[in-house]
Amino acid sequence: MVGVKSVPSPAISADDRSHEVDHPSSEVAQFGADQPLRLDCGIDLTPFQIAYKTYGELNADRSNAVLICHALTGDQHVANVHPVTGKSGWWETLVGPGRPLDPSRYFIICSNVIGGCMGSTGPASINPATGKVWGLDFPVITIPDMVRAQAMLIDRLGIDTLFAVVGGSMGGMQVLQWTAAYPKRVYSALAIACSTRHSAQNIAFHELGRQAVMADPDWHNGAYADQGIHPHRGLAVARMAAHITYLSDAALHRKFGRRMQDRELPTFSFDADFQVESYLRYQGSSFVERFDANSYLYLTRAMDYFDIAGDHGGVLAKAFAGIETRFCVVSFTSDWLFPTSESRALVHALNASSARVSFAEIETDRGHDAFLLDVPEFFDISRAFLQSAGKARGLTGKND
Amino acid sequence: MSVQEVLPLNGLAAEQSGPFRADHLLVAEMVKPGSKVLDVGCGEGDLLQLLETRGIDGRGIELSRAGVNRCVAKGLAVVQGDADTDLVNYPDDAFDYVILSQTLQATRQPKVVLENLLRIGRRAIVSFPNFGFWRMRLQLLVGGHMPRTENLPASWYDTANIHFCTIKDFVELCDTIGVKMERAEALDLYGRPLRLRLPWWVWNLFGEQGVFLLSRGQGK
Repeated sequence: MVGVKSVPSPAISADDRSHEVDHPSSEVAQFGADQPLRLDCGIDLTPFQIAYKTYGELNADRSNAVLICHALTGDQHVANVHPVTGKSGWWETLVGPGRPLDPSRYFIICSNVIGGCMGSTGPASINPATGKVWGLDFPVITIPDMVRAQAMLIDRLGIDTLFAVVGGSMGGMQVLQWTAAYPKRVYSALAIACSTRHSAQNIAFHELGRQAVMADPDWHNGAYADQGIHPHRGLAVARMAAHITYLSDAALHRKFGRRMQDRELPTFSFDADFQVESYLRYQGSSFVERFDANSYLYLTRAMDYFDIAGDHGGVLAKAFAGIETRFCVVSFTSDWLFPTSESRALVHALNASSARVSFAEIETDRGHDAFLLDVPEFFDISRAFLQSAGKARGLTGKND
Repeated sequence: MSVQEVLPLNGLAAEQSGPFRADHLLVAEMVKPGSKVLDVGCGEGDLLQLLETRGIDGRGIELSRAGVNRCVAKGLAVVQGDADTDLVNYPDDAFDYVILSQTLQATRQPKVVLENLLRIGRRAIVSFPNFGFWRMRLQLLVGGHMPRTENLPASWYDTANIHFCTIKDFVELCDTIGVKMERAEALDLYGRPLRLRLPWWVWNLFGEQGVFLLSRGQGK
């Protein structure tokens, strides 16, 4: 934990964040006692709410709906200014006017996952039974639970079949879960930088992050909200470690090398002498401003448990047997968190199911994070895949 | 492939033949409309695009990443893969036709690949450059060099083509593994079919490439 003391305290008030948890500034769907969310752990979660954003208009025959599934630390604010950080939407490179997902053409939906902290029910929400924050009393959730909740939201919005489900990383896992659980409801699926199961190495990294949170004395066994504090230091360390896995050796070298931060010579201390240290500390401290520590534990756990083949007798192809969904799988050469080999295993299973699948590996040194960055080849492929699926679906837009 | 002149083929309007290669037009003609096709070694997807215009559900496998990405960017269902190692992942009878266009000679195990084509597909269409073509023979006989042509310009030390054969060799392989030849065509240097019914030895001498429509035989 050397050097972590210098992670600055959050600049954004904790009140802003905790207000979003129960009263999000986006749309919210409430599900009462008559509509519990049946969780994999055997518990019925009720009542619960899903916070979501939509962009564009649903067409008359309700055939142009696109669901975007966000990654581990993402949220529903895909293409608008974030209510807590004030930053622009996390996927504005892909979503927006003239982008592959253009709201003039599609009705785009993105919901905060169950277990999240931006308005959907999660460990940071108030437990109506006690009037206090759930904390570790919140049941452990899985990727299939997240998708089940999204399906309830899609029902509520009156949509039967989604034209496309799109997501990267943990979002990609949800895309695959959608196709495995509701194949008839997904016309096309764009799964980016993801996997059908979380690898041992990835579980190991998540465990490292969770232990960092739990080692922070401010964590208080998850009951920090009662104390009016937040385990900033532990969560920042978790984020710093995770952030390294989102990049690549080449990208770090290109961006920082061994360059010093505002100094010529080493200080012979544990100050952030190197630019890369300073960058990581910034990543850690800006993350804790907007994210709940317990939510981080729950969502990383959900990814660890994810294994589609395991849910289908160990045979991945069985999960997709007879599926008519059009798939596009994308991986990035320098992504070592979800390497191309994982995507290839998925593609083999889809081939074995005779599914219609496109698979492109994109050359970049930017690591796992490439799916969030400006990578033109990725946009070209996404655009062409969606347009070709749209043509087959009979969608017409002004660009046709 | 240098195509200087393209003959319109049966069932295709002359203006449609414009942007397409003659050997692709011949292959497309062999595929029944409405069928499901896997193109192994689909390059940049030209044949798949031609098949799409004829209402055929086409999928592709391509070895080169650049080729795959260009195909996917055209909206084609193409995956990155290797004919030698990835065909085993496809189930039996998954396709009506599996096409191997100008790729057989670049595989490590042509016989295994051919067997896989006819396991995955009820029919296979295979085209390959004919090493028995008279200009090939002449280069070796007179020049004493490994042959090179406009269509196969690489030197022996950097060519991807490691298993060249002649039309005669291929016919013998089909016999060996009990594959039935439903249709055979030899194409001249410009990709035009040698229309006349000529004996095999003539095709083997004057055909620049062979195109075969194959189905499962009785086996041997």
